[in-house]
Amino acid sequence: MSRITIDEVKHVANLARLAITEEEAEQFQHQLDAIISFAEELNELDTDHVEPTSHVLDMNNVLREDEATKGLPQEEVLKNAPDSQDGYIKVPSIMD
Amino acid sequence: MEFETVIGLEVHVELKTDSKIFSASPNHFGAEPNTNTTVVDLGYPGVLPVVNKKAVEYGMKASMALNCEIAPVTKFDRKNYFYPDNPKAYQISQFDKPVGEHGWIEIEVDGYKKKIGITRIHLEEDAGKLTHGKGYSLVDYNRQGTPLIEIVSEPDIRTPNEAYAYLEKLKSIVQYTGVSDCKMEEGSLRCDANISLRPVGQEEFGTKTELKNLNSFNFVRKGLEYEEKRQAEVLREGGVIEQETRRFDEATGKTLLMRVKEGSDDYRYFPEPDLLDIVIDEDWKARIRAEIPELPDARKTRYIDTFGLPAYDAGVLTVTKETADFFEATVAAGAEPKQASNWIMGEVSAYLNAEGLELHETKLTAEGLAGMIALIEDGTISSKIAKTVFKELIENGGEAKKIVEDKGLVQISDESALLAIVTEILDNNPQSIDDFKNGKKKAVGFLVGQMMKATKGQANPQIVNKLLMQEIQKR
Repeated sequence: MSRITIDEVKHVANLARLAITEEEAEQFQHQLDAIISFAEELNELDTDHVEPTSHVLDMNNVLREDEATKGLPQEEVLKNAPDSQDGYIKVPSIMD
Repeated sequence: MEFETVIGLEVHVELKTDSKIFSASPNHFGAEPNTNTTVVDLGYPGVLPVVNKKAVEYGMKASMALNCEIAPVTKFDRKNYFYPDNPKAYQISQFDKPVGEHGWIEIEVDGYKKKIGITRIHLEEDAGKLTHGKGYSLVDYNRQGTPLIEIVSEPDIRTPNEAYAYLEKLKSIVQYTGVSDCKMEEGSLRCDANISLRPVGQEEFGTKTELKNLNSFNFVRKGLEYEEKRQAEVLREGGVIEQETRRFDEATGKTLLMRVKEGSDDYRYFPEPDLLDIVIDEDWKARIRAEIPELPDARKTRYIDTFGLPAYDAGVLTVTKETADFFEATVAAGAEPKQASNWIMGEVSAYLNAEGLELHETKLTAEGLAGMIALIEDGTISSKIAKTVFKELIENGGEAKKIVEDKGLVQISDESALLAIVTEILDNNPQSIDDFKNGKKKAVGFLVGQMMKATKGQANPQIVNKLLMQEIQKR
């Protein structure tokens, strides 16, 4: 019994804007299943008395004073954009 | 079937820091497009965000002013989505540990008071701004990374009027704290509204729609009023409300379908790996709390108790901190409180509305206004002349007494001086005397007018009246 369904694979691919074929969906299902099984090994550990953490660094409150520098020049910003117009980056029409 | 309306509001407020929330690029409205960014805002590979301390403190301050509990540990998360307003394809926001939770504000509307709950206040970065053309969109990333707080209300609001009052109160309080201008026209305050209907007595919420493009508090109210009616009609005809996003159309006052929501949004939040936790201890909280000024409700109560102002005056004067501060300064400069209130709510407010200005953009000072009120009180100038003095004070500044002297505006109360003019006017207008004696009481108005004309409005009206009556009787 797979830990992840074909529909979930397709859903995740869609969220990442990846076009995948039926064959690929099946292939990824097996691969993701193996990855999830591997990660599940962690469940063997007793974590009842361990605080949840999202970082390995034992640090907090890394903050910066509110001091502004100059922004990048506009031409630098636009240099890597495929298209631009009047100082704006130009992108294909966005339809919601 | 009768329905009950359930409304919840999401308000985004831009924080007035000098730099962005995760980068040192400038945070200023109105710059040339794409000139206020750095590689961090633009999401270049390998760059690292660093949290702006002031943005966190502003978030704490607003949360405290809105009666929220401050999180002992707060952290940032990634909200993933693809849209060209954000070059990173994720927004750094807060998911499970927002800076503030469980707040409330009290509103007063249609004659009753009510507490509206605030579910949470979280910090996040704003996105860039898109301008849509035909077949393309133009992107300006200046706004990318501007610090925001999102204030989410509980679904406690029951009428469009309550929604309006909630927004007014929220804006007033946040403005007092000084963390934001809350200017809807510049986008520093934005509002989305969720609305659903349920049969009266039913506990379970109905399906909600989300309203967008609400560009003023008035449009929020109008959009909700329209949506309330629309949903009731659909339900009464046996229809079903779809969970959808609707756009308010300013021209027609209607809400139009933007998109139907299929399932819940799947943003795949996960902890932001580039940013560490922020621990907020009691000392830090106490320091920020000490910076919060007296808030509008407390001031309103004090104005009623200490200055004896009517509740209405106290409410109007305390809507903005600027007005309240000016009122108090005027009283401190010696003005009688009710007189100061009358002038600020009357002439001052009328001038600001007509000119589209804010108080600090004019030359009027509290000392100037107080000085002018003193001159009216001691009879040096009439309230008619005061309007001339006021115009000078608000347009060019200065001291009321000096303006009155320089312009020769002192009220003439000297009876002998006025008597001479009265005599001359009566000599020149025998017809008016006859008219008056024949019962045309209005004739005296003409004579008063002549007096004012002759004295450039400076004659003391009471004395003029007295002298006119007295001299007419003698003839």
